[in-house]
Amino acid sequence: MTLLEPRDTADKLGSVSSGNALELRGVTKMFGALAAIQDVTLSVRPGERRAVLGSNGAGKTTLFNCVTGDFLPTSGTIRLFGEDVTNFPAYERIRRGLRRTYQISLLFGGLTVSDNVYLACRGVSRGRFSLIRPRRGDPLLARTEELIEAVHMSAAGDTPVAELSYGQQRQLEIALALAGAPRFILFDEPAAGLSPTERAELISILTGLPSHIGFIIIEHDMDVALRVAESVTMMHNGAIFKEGTPEEIENDPEVQELYLGDGHG
Amino acid sequence: MALVERTVPSGTTWIDRVPGIWWAIALILLIMPVIVNDFILFQVFGWSLVLGMIALSLMFLAGYGGMVSLIQMSVAAMGGYMVAIFGTSGVAAISMELPWWLYIPIAIIIAAAFGTLVGALAVRTEGIYTIMITLAIASAFFYFARQNYGIFNGYSGFNLVVPPPLFGVDWRQPVPFYYLALGCAALSYFAVVYVSRSPFGLALQGVRDNPRRMAALGFNVTAHRIAAYTFASVIAAVGGILLVWQNAQISPGTAGIPAVIDILVIAVVGGVRRPVGPFIGALIYTVLRTFSSDILTTFGLSGERFKLLIGLGFLAVVFFSPDGVLGLWERWRNRKNRDSDPLTGEPK
Repeated sequence: MTLLEPRDTADKLGSVSSGNALELRGVTKMFGALAAIQDVTLSVRPGERRAVLGSNGAGKTTLFNCVTGDFLPTSGTIRLFGEDVTNFPAYERIRRGLRRTYQISLLFGGLTVSDNVYLACRGVSRGRFSLIRPRRGDPLLARTEELIEAVHMSAAGDTPVAELSYGQQRQLEIALALAGAPRFILFDEPAAGLSPTERAELISILTGLPSHIGFIIIEHDMDVALRVAESVTMMHNGAIFKEGTPEEIENDPEVQELYLGDGHG
Repeated sequence: MALVERTVPSGTTWIDRVPGIWWAIALILLIMPVIVNDFILFQVFGWSLVLGMIALSLMFLAGYGGMVSLIQMSVAAMGGYMVAIFGTSGVAAISMELPWWLYIPIAIIIAAAFGTLVGALAVRTEGIYTIMITLAIASAFFYFARQNYGIFNGYSGFNLVVPPPLFGVDWRQPVPFYYLALGCAALSYFAVVYVSRSPFGLALQGVRDNPRRMAALGFNVTAHRIAAYTFASVIAAVGGILLVWQNAQISPGTAGIPAVIDILVIAVVGGVRRPVGPFIGALIYTVLRTFSSDILTTFGLSGERFKLLIGLGFLAVVFFSPDGVLGLWERWRNRKNRDSDPLTGEPK
């Protein structure tokens, strides 16, 4: 996949930044009196693949929303490749190489697949306000085609997104996250609702990502999560409960009790 | 409609892709002066094109940006006022009598700046609040213009505001004015169609469908919305200048609340999903406005009740089709296609 080779910009930026790709310190998000996440401290190295596990309401998606800037944390700092982005609007963080997918597909239903992907490419490049239509041979259009191909959707390029199947919409979500030169991606339950075949395809897309792109994946399906991740963070009630390698987490008695339940015993 | 239509067979030019009916309409519009008399040409078609442009600016904001703005008529009136103030009018004490190549751009720039400013205030709100805030500013503009005598000449406004006699043509004569309005309207129409498929237009539709996702793709949602107001304001300003020239006068009533609402009615009746909608709405509006008093007197009603007809028409359209007359047309065509044989396309 030539598309996902390290790109010049990503290389340059990657060498400038030192230390962690993502660093959270004491991040808390309150909704009224309820702490959706509390005092979360987390660091992820560039290129690291991390799975975040936890039951419903553990604060996983809230964590993502704080990192991308969908809403600002109540307290704490967020650093992206060494830069403090705590008070940055979402679009500034995205332009710095952060990407995310949504748990419930947030796509542009009235537009076609290629328009959706084109918008994603345009969002992280110059000319967002351009009034000139792209012509045949426009590099962004070529890039759009590549991305559509990378998520195996070439046949659906001109289809309005509203007419896609659920699985295809999930695939398109991933294509949008790969636009531009992503350096760090947050996947919010990308496998939810997919068929076994589609899951296998998803795993191949995720493991096929170039090694400089790190990601965090929220996933309930342990099979997917543990196959694509090299480290695991367990969340419980808005706080970090445990961190470790997939094996450590899988064999941890506390985790087993919490996550898998002791219903068998 | 994709950015680049990949399914279009190579070798076809854009000329082949325009349906025949569009060519027919273009031809009819071009030879209109030999079909209808001067009154209809000036009062119905000229006026429709001008109102259509102002409503088109609303269609751009509402249809592509999801923002229902009631400020468009005020922006148009601002353009008209500026032409009177910087150009020539019967009020010699205020009008500066600058040359036309200076006062027209000045008028458009000031009106666009006004629209952008209102946009910057309005885009932070959604839905009904956008309507309320733009309506509030529109009525503030009306009262300000009516009470300010230093610049806007208060209640009486400006009279004798006529287009410059360019190329020795009196542009207020029915035929020249018709072609002037047609040219400007066609230009605005194609500008909107073109821009809607440009990166900016596409991003604006993305903002309409899903602002949160747009921010997560790297777009500054607020800036895009404000820029949409700027673009729409330029079209509204040109419409406003033509409106002043057609009436040869401008007064606060031009931007009064009834006029502001009329633009909304025109856009909704025509349909806000496609740029041609506002022009259809404007034609219906001007026809009703011009002939309804005759129709009403025929039925023994007072001629001033033309608004009753427009109101009933508005209710009927909104009731039967939220997408305006265009939506009705599309539904009728779909039904016709459904009645035909799916394989051969022939009627059953």
